[in-house]
Amino acid sequence: MTKLLMPYLTGGVAPGWTAYLRAFEDAGADQIELGLPFSDPTVDGPTIQEASDAALTRGATPASILDDLAQARTSVPIIASTYANLALRKGFGEALTAAGVTGLIVPDLPLDEVDQLQVPGIAVSLLASPATPDDRLAEIGRRSQGFVYAVSIMGTTGERDRLAPSAATLAARLKQVTDLPVLIGFGISSPAQAAEAASVADGVIVGAAVMRRVLDGAGPTEVGAFVGSLRAALDVR
Amino acid sequence: MSSITAAATSAPGRFGERGYGGRYVPESLIPACQAVAEAFAEAWADPGFRGNLAALLSAYAGRPTPLTPALRLSAELGVTVLLKREDLTHTGSHKINNVLGQALLARRMGRTRLIAETGAGMHGVATATAGALLGLPVKVFMGERDIERQAHNVFRMRLLGAEVVSVTAGSRTLKDATSEAMRHWVTDADEAYYCVGSVIGPHPYPTMVREFQRVIGDEARRQCAADLPSAVPDYVVACVGGGSNAAGTFAGFVDTSAQLIGVEAAGGSGASHGAIGVLHGFRSLFLQDEHGQIQEAHSIAAGLDYPGVGPEHAYLRDLGRARYVTVADDEAIAAAVRLARAEGILPAIESAHALAWVLRAAGTSELPAGSTVLVTLSGRGDKDITTLIEEAQL
Repeated sequence: MTKLLMPYLTGGVAPGWTAYLRAFEDAGADQIELGLPFSDPTVDGPTIQEASDAALTRGATPASILDDLAQARTSVPIIASTYANLALRKGFGEALTAAGVTGLIVPDLPLDEVDQLQVPGIAVSLLASPATPDDRLAEIGRRSQGFVYAVSIMGTTGERDRLAPSAATLAARLKQVTDLPVLIGFGISSPAQAAEAASVADGVIVGAAVMRRVLDGAGPTEVGAFVGSLRAALDVR
Repeated sequence: MSSITAAATSAPGRFGERGYGGRYVPESLIPACQAVAEAFAEAWADPGFRGNLAALLSAYAGRPTPLTPALRLSAELGVTVLLKREDLTHTGSHKINNVLGQALLARRMGRTRLIAETGAGMHGVATATAGALLGLPVKVFMGERDIERQAHNVFRMRLLGAEVVSVTAGSRTLKDATSEAMRHWVTDADEAYYCVGSVIGPHPYPTMVREFQRVIGDEARRQCAADLPSAVPDYVVACVGGGSNAAGTFAGFVDTSAQLIGVEAAGGSGASHGAIGVLHGFRSLFLQDEHGQIQEAHSIAAGLDYPGVGPEHAYLRDLGRARYVTVADDEAIAAAVRLARAEGILPAIESAHALAWVLRAAGTSELPAGSTVLVTLSGRGDKDITTLIEEAQL
């Protein structure tokens, strides 16, 4: 089975940011995680914090990002990700749907709180952690929609030198409790790590490694080439 | 009014129909929060634990703290002012009440180190103190801006053996220190105990911290019963940042006829001017812009420099059981100076906010002449000398 590749982009991070979406699509992304920046991203490490600050400083808002997205006419599925304070606001689900977003990730809205989301028609994917006990993991597998986000490591988002051993263990445990695709994220930094993760999971989510390049000034072509290298690593079987 | 939709939920640690509180944390922290909740419930029901804590509060922290009649100030204002003297505790603020409880809990849970966030530095100093007492290493997260304006407390923490981590993100104050402490907690959830300093954070922290702080209100209730003809004051006043000294004070009086007044900094008025939102693991009232981005608080009192308020305060506000008012920086400074000169007591600038409301309201319909008012002096002002030199213009 083809492995799934979901690169991440912070919406509004730079002028003309939707060009990155098209570059990711052209490079073989199966889905794109689109971050709607929040002022206090407590689950994110320094890179995505910096990207969020950059977008907010530019004046980006959820509405402006979704407007840009609607005009970008990408055909790859877009999965929004943001924090509970934004996701629980009235009208949020409608705004996502109107912009063509199909999925949602809210990292500070765990299983116990997720019923508060009112986003009809949007697939809400839950996160699972290496610390999640078995019975709770099974419930996450049942309740998640679209895919299950396997958090590779006890930590925040951000690049790491190697894939944590906890990633494979968690992916294997998840595969036993759900038929949904299991995607590993948090810390995947290189094509080799992506391939390693995909050997035990159905795909990968790559955020900080993408955003560091964007923040360093790499344009859509250059970052798209990095996404392409991830694609190639996943496709070597 | 907020645009967040209120939803009924079965999640633990909820206050009221709007579901304040809760546990909005990443999945990685759920087991840690559950472990703290279970351990606290067991410990709080265990006479042995409560005995150990009571012994420490007495022999180490200096409890009970006195209830001091402010005689000259009362005569000047035409209301009877009683001061609950948390400034006289070991380390100089009410923070020690909570920290000793949580540090004992951490040890009971087998945790090997403590982490904490701090604003003014009082919670950091208290945590560093408890760590030294119990032999637990301490790491304190503190905003870079607060490190600059509370240099003495930074040194005190280091003197006590704690590591102080400078937080350079965002507003570089308590909000960002709390975010960074939560990020760090995820990486060390098996060994570290997160000692939250106020009635904020995911369940069970708002409830647990209130319970550890209710010693303020319980003592004051007994002292008022002994000292006042009416047994209960007409007004009970405390400053509110996250709201822990107020929560502890109010807990002793919530079932009485006393009017409860929480005094916020004008620039950090989550309860007075916030909208419903979610931050740092809990649903409550937060200062935020029209798009839902959390706004930075601005107060001369670092301990009140927080854009939100503990969930129970949001609930008490909705019920109308407590009233929340604001005081500006200059009023607080003036109140600190006035108390020093009238009574020989220098309060923390945070605590001076509570007093400033009394000075402003005394003799008006808000606080009629002849009333009896209990004010919690949550801490002493020694830490604020540098600020006072600049601001008091003496």
